This record gives sequence, structure tokens and C-alpha cells, in this order.
Amino acid sequence: MIVPWGETRLVQGNEAVALGAVAANIGFFAGYPITPSTEIAELLAQYMPLLDKKWIQMEDEIASISALIGGRLAGSKSMTATSGPGFSLMQEGLGYACMTEVPIVVVNVMRGGPSTGLPTQAAQGDVMQARWGAHGDHPVIALAPCNVKECFELTIRAFNLSETFRTPVILLPDEIIGHMRERVVFPLKEDVHVVPMPVPDVPVEWYEHYHESTSNVSPMASFGSGYRYHVTGLLHDKHGFPTRKENEVIAKMERLKHKITRRLDELEDVQMHNVEESPVIIFAYGSVYRSALAAQAILKKKRKTVGIFRPVTLWPFPDRTVKEMLDSKDVILVPELNQGQMIHEVERMTRDSVRVVPLHRIDGYEITPEEIVDAVMEVI
Amino acid sequence: MSATIPYEYKYLRSKKRFPHVWCPGCGIGIVMGSIIRAVDTMGWDKDDIVMVSGIGCTSRMPVYVDFNTLHATHGRGLVFGTGVKMANPKLNVMAVMGDGDALAIGGNHIIHAARRNIDITAIIVNNNNYGMTGGQFSPTTPPGARTSTTPYGMIEPAFDVCKLMDGAGASFVARGTVYHVTELDNMILKAFMKKGFSVVEALAPCPTNFGRANRLGGPVEMMQILKDNTINISQLKAMKPGQTDGKIVRGIFVDRDSISYMERYEALCEKAKKAAEAKK
Repeated sequence: MIVPWGETRLVQGNEAVALGAVAANIGFFAGYPITPSTEIAELLAQYMPLLDKKWIQMEDEIASISALIGGRLAGSKSMTATSGPGFSLMQEGLGYACMTEVPIVVVNVMRGGPSTGLPTQAAQGDVMQARWGAHGDHPVIALAPCNVKECFELTIRAFNLSETFRTPVILLPDEIIGHMRERVVFPLKEDVHVVPMPVPDVPVEWYEHYHESTSNVSPMASFGSGYRYHVTGLLHDKHGFPTRKENEVIAKMERLKHKITRRLDELEDVQMHNVEESPVIIFAYGSVYRSALAAQAILKKKRKTVGIFRPVTLWPFPDRTVKEMLDSKDVILVPELNQGQMIHEVERMTRDSVRVVPLHRIDGYEITPEEIVDAVMEVI
Repeated sequence: MSATIPYEYKYLRSKKRFPHVWCPGCGIGIVMGSIIRAVDTMGWDKDDIVMVSGIGCTSRMPVYVDFNTLHATHGRGLVFGTGVKMANPKLNVMAVMGDGDALAIGGNHIIHAARRNIDITAIIVNNNNYGMTGGQFSPTTPPGARTSTTPYGMIEPAFDVCKLMDGAGASFVARGTVYHVTELDNMILKAFMKKGFSVVEALAPCPTNFGRANRLGGPVEMMQILKDNTINISQLKAMKPGQTDGKIVRGIFVDRDSISYMERYEALCEKAKKAAEAKK
């Protein structure tokens, strides 16, 4: 038994990701070593042969994500783990997986950038790359855990969402979360929901690889299951063959968009603390959310009330909820481990009268609760 | 009189996907014919075959064959194929690539596929240039040759694909041409039969781009060049020094029995499980 179901353990964030992958029934891992994500690959190299699952270290990150797509097409749930520079290389494969609607999971343990940057230190500089790194319009789902238990849970959720929406899902822990150790009470196996790989039940001659269903997602057959089909990164028709016909091109692109935008309720995941009653809000995600919680407690002692808004699902951005909950506030403080990325999304969803104030930290260290407290005191 | 339909047709998406994109006189269709004949001889079920490719003229081949087909990103056919093979080792995986796809953008992948000895057959159609984008030079463009990006002649030396693959550890390495079709059929068949990583380089004409840029004539003249400028490896010994100058050697250069990656991986799982058992 690799996942300590029902037990209490001291676990590292990256380790929890590896355990979450096993819990989600991962069948194939392909990766390339990179700090600070390496523990995920190392631990899965230990676990997976014991379970007759496939693990491989490829020659680079492009090869890794390409192998993942092949692995999932051949019927194995597939995941890779990387960090900033490797994530940049993977954009080619991410775009391909979005276009060909192959469910895979990509873990990007965020470190300081750009380029080689700060390999061993934390950042949240890849949240926009996660959204727009691949060329062309494409759907993206990205989740940001804030503690070790969530590394486990959100890895499982990432697999589940990728299968449900037939699209790649990106898990974005920052280095602090990936390398932190915490006590985790693991759930019982029967309490964890794992979405199995959907399989088509239509006769072979009826199968359409990209069937236009009401949910905009159709079950994907695996290579070798008797449903022979074509996969290409070219714009394609519902059978998967290249097309340039306007109606088919538009139908594909619209469906890619709508499969996310018409099912936002299943994707949105936010946490709010005292948001309704506070005119001042801290908008934070990942490790910064932890500091925001601590800052809120300190401020409470000073008799200052602040609310916290935390997106767990970063992409798609919780547009409607941000608009509904934050558009009438006085001040929104957006602390981030970057020079300002998600702050633009907050600004986009709030009117000009709302003061949206940034707080940056780009030296590789965490944003402390005290820094947030000071910033709040300055703006109120 | 009813026309006889060649048996190759049952492996083609003949009713829906033709005509194909290749130019008149292109050699890629001949390689596709060789692959289909070898598949037929192997007796593989179409459901159990996966053809992967990258980007380029050759990489359009998967559209036309009625297998599980995967037209991947540029240079990555082999690594997509590696994932397919690992996830379902029962599938027979082949990768079709052009020279630019396999050796320039995919150069890193092919040497590692050979080193791993992953159970895939790579078929490289070498027409000495990038055809799809209009005839730019590739890693196999001969020195001095003109292409759209070497208007004053190619200054870089060319790769010898077969030597490269031998050095990297492939189980089977052969070179044929689309003029010597029976020989090519046989090479691809032997490659399919081989465990581990097998490579067949098929020299092919590109009359539209490489041929015009170098004034090599039309399809027939370029076929004649493949006939005249290549010799079979069996002819080598009988030839005198000087007679082989400028000739390209065809034949099977490597045919060795080595443990394939999937066999090694299976053994690894057994070893890991035994070690875990012993710990208990």
C-alpha cells in the first residue's frame, strides 16, 4: 500500500502530489529532472514499478509531455512534473493536448524566473504562462494548492477534471508548498472520488472522436480498443481529420471554448473569509494565502477587519464571483510572488472606483504576514 | 469487366481521404506502399497498429492509412510513440518521418530512442530537404547543394543517418530507396520483425523543390539518379577502389539481437516487486 489511506503522516508537498497521482490511478509518468519538482519524479520512480505502472525519464521536457499525450491516447492516465524553464518547453505539448483534447496532468512547482532565475526559491511567476503560454486561443484549467493536504487532494482533482473535461489540467504549487512538510490526515480510500477514464459505448462505425454532445465533451477511445481514428494538431473535423472549412473550424474552436465557459460551476473553487462584511479584501492564492490568513488574525487583534478572497482554481478565473463579491469594496490588496500577474484579472473584474493595490515580492522568499499587515495599514 | 482492387486498398482510408497532398513524382507514396505490404505480410490487425508522425510531407502519411494514427508536433513522432508503446506494449508502433523532422528538430529524440532501444520502427523518408515549407536545407542536404536557404550552396556537412543510428544503439538499421521497391519492402518487413528500435532510411526524390533547385530533372530523371548513384552493400566487395566514389550504399547495416526497452522495463517491475516483498 503506497497511499497511507486513513493514516496520519508527516508529508512533503511534492510527496503528497506523487501520492495523489497514485490515488488517482496514474498509469504513466514521463518527466525530466528539474528543481524544485524533482521529488515527484523520484518518488513515482519508486512507486510505479511496484504497481506495474509505467515510468520513464525522457531526454527533455518536450519529449516528456509528448510521451504523456501518447500514453493517454493508448489508455493510461498520465502526468508529468516540472518547474518554470521546463514548463516553458512544455507549452508546445500543452497546446497540442488542448487542441486534440487529450486529458493529461502537468504539475509546475513554481520557482523564480525568468529563465533559470532562482531555481531553489519560490515564485508565482508562471500563473499567466499557465493561462497563455501556448499559442492560439485555448482552454486552460489550473489549480493552486496552499498546503500539503491540498497537494494530495488537488492532484486527484486535477486528474478528475482532466478526464471530465478532456483537457490538460495544470497544478501550480509554488516552491514553498512543494517543499513544505506538514501533518496530513489521509482520507479513507472509499471517501475519495476518482473519475475513471470515460470510454465510448457506441458501435465502432458510429464513433466520432470529437462528438458534438451537449456537454461539449465526448468519451475518448484508446488506441488498440478497436476504434481507429486520427489525431492531429491541425484544425480538424469531428472525426479528427484536418479541415479548413469555415463551419468546421469555427465549430471546433467554439466547442473548445464552451466546454469550459459553459460549465464554470463545476470548475470554480474559491474560499472566502469575512468577505461580505469587510470593505478591505486581501486577494491571495497559493502560499501567499497562508500569510493572508495569519495577517487577518493579527489585524483582528488590532480591531481591523479584512476579508480574504482565495481562488483555488486559478483558471478559469472566477469572474462572476469576483464581480459579485468584490466590485463594491473600497480596497483590494493583491499580494503575489511576482511583479503583478493575477492583479490584472482582479482589476478587470472590478470597477475603477475600487482601489486595487499590489504587493510584490520577487526575491524568492515568502510574503510574510507582517508585510501584508503593513500594507493593509497603509491603505486603510 | 470488373477491375481488381489491389489488396493495399484495404489498409487505406481510400474513399474519404484522397487525393493526397503529395506532389507528382514524390517518393513518399511509394514508401507508404512498402509499409502497407510489410504490414500485410506481418498479418497485424489494423486495430493493433499505431502510426505516429511529426510535421512535414512524410508526416502527412498517417491521414491516409486506416490504423490508429497520430500526427504529432514537429520532430516529436518518436516521443509520442514512446508514450503509446509504454502505455500499451501490445500495440505495434511505427513512426514515419522526413529527414528534417527526424534529424534536425527531432534529432535528440531519435538518438535517445535508439539508445533506449524502445520497441518502435522508425521509417525516415530522406528527400534531402524540407519539402512542405518550400525546399529549405535539412541535415541531410549534400554539401554544395542549392536549396531556398542555401542560394550559394550548402556549406554544412550532412548526417549519415545509418551511421548515427548504429552508433546510438539501434537494433536494426537499413537504407533503401524508392526506386528499389522490393528491397525496401523487405527492409521494412525485417524492421517490423525486429525487437527494439529499428530504423529504415528510404531515399526519395523531391522533384518539386530539391530537384528544381539543383536542376536534377523531373521525377523520372531523379529516379534514374537513385538507380545510378546507389549500390547494394553486397556489391561493395567486388568493386575496385574508385568505383564506389560518390555512391550511396544501400542495405542492412545493423541487425543485432539486444534486449529491448519494454523487456528491460518488465524485468525492472519484477525486480522492484521482489525487493519490496523481501523487505516485508
